[in-house]
Amino acid sequence: MHNAIEVKDLTKAFGTTIAVDRISFSVQVGEIFGFLGPNGAGKTTTTRMLTGVIPPDGGTATILSHDIGREPVLVKQGFGVVPETSNAYADLTAWQNLMLMGELYGLEHTRAAQRASVLLATLGLLERKDQKVQAYSKGMKQRLILAMALLHKPPLLFLDEPTSGLDVQSAQMILSLLGDLNRNGTTIFLTTHNMEEANRLCHRVGIIRSGKIVAIDAPEKLKAAIDRVHRIEVSFDREMPGEALGRLPGVASAHRTGDKWQITAENSDAVIRSLVKFSQEHSATIVTLNTLAPSLDDVFLRLTQDVSP
Amino acid sequence: MNPAGISEQVQRAWAIAKKDIRIYYFKAPVLIFGVFMPVFLFLAFLMGSRQLPLAFLVSGLVGMTLFFTATAVSPAIFPWEGQAKTLERLASCPVTVEAIVLGDMIASTLFGIAITLITVIIGLALGLSLLHITTLLAAILFAACCFSAIGMLLAVPPTNAPSNIMILSSLVKFPLVFISGIFVPLEQMPSWGLALAVCSPLTYFTDLVRYSFTGVHYFPVIVDFVVLGVCTVIISAGTMCLHQRTMPRRM
Repeated sequence: MHNAIEVKDLTKAFGTTIAVDRISFSVQVGEIFGFLGPNGAGKTTTTRMLTGVIPPDGGTATILSHDIGREPVLVKQGFGVVPETSNAYADLTAWQNLMLMGELYGLEHTRAAQRASVLLATLGLLERKDQKVQAYSKGMKQRLILAMALLHKPPLLFLDEPTSGLDVQSAQMILSLLGDLNRNGTTIFLTTHNMEEANRLCHRVGIIRSGKIVAIDAPEKLKAAIDRVHRIEVSFDREMPGEALGRLPGVASAHRTGDKWQITAENSDAVIRSLVKFSQEHSATIVTLNTLAPSLDDVFLRLTQDVSP
Repeated sequence: MNPAGISEQVQRAWAIAKKDIRIYYFKAPVLIFGVFMPVFLFLAFLMGSRQLPLAFLVSGLVGMTLFFTATAVSPAIFPWEGQAKTLERLASCPVTVEAIVLGDMIASTLFGIAITLITVIIGLALGLSLLHITTLLAAILFAACCFSAIGMLLAVPPTNAPSNIMILSSLVKFPLVFISGIFVPLEQMPSWGLALAVCSPLTYFTDLVRYSFTGVHYFPVIVDFVVLGVCTVIISAGTMCLHQRTMPRRM
């Protein structure tokens, strides 16, 4: 599988402040890549460099096999952008905004109109297509921006906080559409603060801190990597001997809290097997069994805590 | 289709021009300002310069109208769009900075031509005869392109505050009007005034308009056209080059 985005030593400074410091990463075709980081970490600057809005001071970004610095128009023709702030023309209607995008991407009018109708219907905006955007709610504006980004059926989509501040209905509609797009082959570069969103959607996430990439991996691998000791919570339908529980293979410690046992272990799989066997040997039934793995929030906080306010 | 090809980029510039006309030019205050501003300046000088013939003053009115209308809105488009973040939308689309500038120039050229034709009709309604209609139409076209390029040149400083640009714009535009033979015939200017007048593209347009209405001209007609053409090319190229440099600083 080849890469949709290939970034090497990308650097950007504003005056004496280095916003992005020689970062390198790649995003595979067909992947949803989450780009996470605290405020001011360099996420938006990176996205702006990748989308050709601002030039990098150093390094290269190859997008869809073209260098963004050398062939910006060819690169931009291949992706769509959904920025954090709605930037549709407020004095134009939704339809006029979409037709403008069609012309800017070189689409024939008939094709652009057909595609615009489908997208507006999918995003629940068809009935208000002739209304000026200034009368739209934030959710409607964001859905329109997504439609504008998708008009030319790009194989790659950049999204910067696409659901930030949206109502649940709009957010779910956008996330559902992103899932569908990815299943149909669209590569997605998603900048977000929403860990739950990243955890749910992304195949891999990259975490940036103070302009440097501090981790890149699948969310589950990152969670596993930050905490070698796993926590397991188990409860039985009868009293169990605590000392015996603590001596089970792989169990590091066992503490009782209420009607449950909190167990720590390095290998959760082995401990769960031991617990099942242990309950059978004591003719007990396991009432609940939860693995308390670290969340992506934990990963994010652990990796970014040094600079968080 | 080569999206980076010249013909594709010109088509996309046309899309930007249509957007500009819809958003920025088809507005009552803009249209009213475009007509009222030169008319009131003209009336002020008509009352103060009774010895000048009407044909001379109408020629000046046409010159001022085109100059003010072609440079009225275009300097503020970049700051407006920078504020509204729509410039970032354009910057992430497959259009070059040159195409964005060209689109803005096309819109301001068309706006300038449309309003100027109204003042020509006013001149004809006042009883003036048009001796060289082809020369006048060609002059309006050449000068509209040149003045819209000047308008975009005024938009080069990378500020997103339209008021800053409008102040700069006024500081440049008003002195140009007074040195361009609109209110004082070139023949009556002192040598230092003439030296300034030859530096202003508006001088050559006013000379052509005067020739179209009265048959009298100061410079040879061909010289007027060549200067306007050369100014258009040089200012347009310079403007595009400068916007290319300053665009990232607007983001």
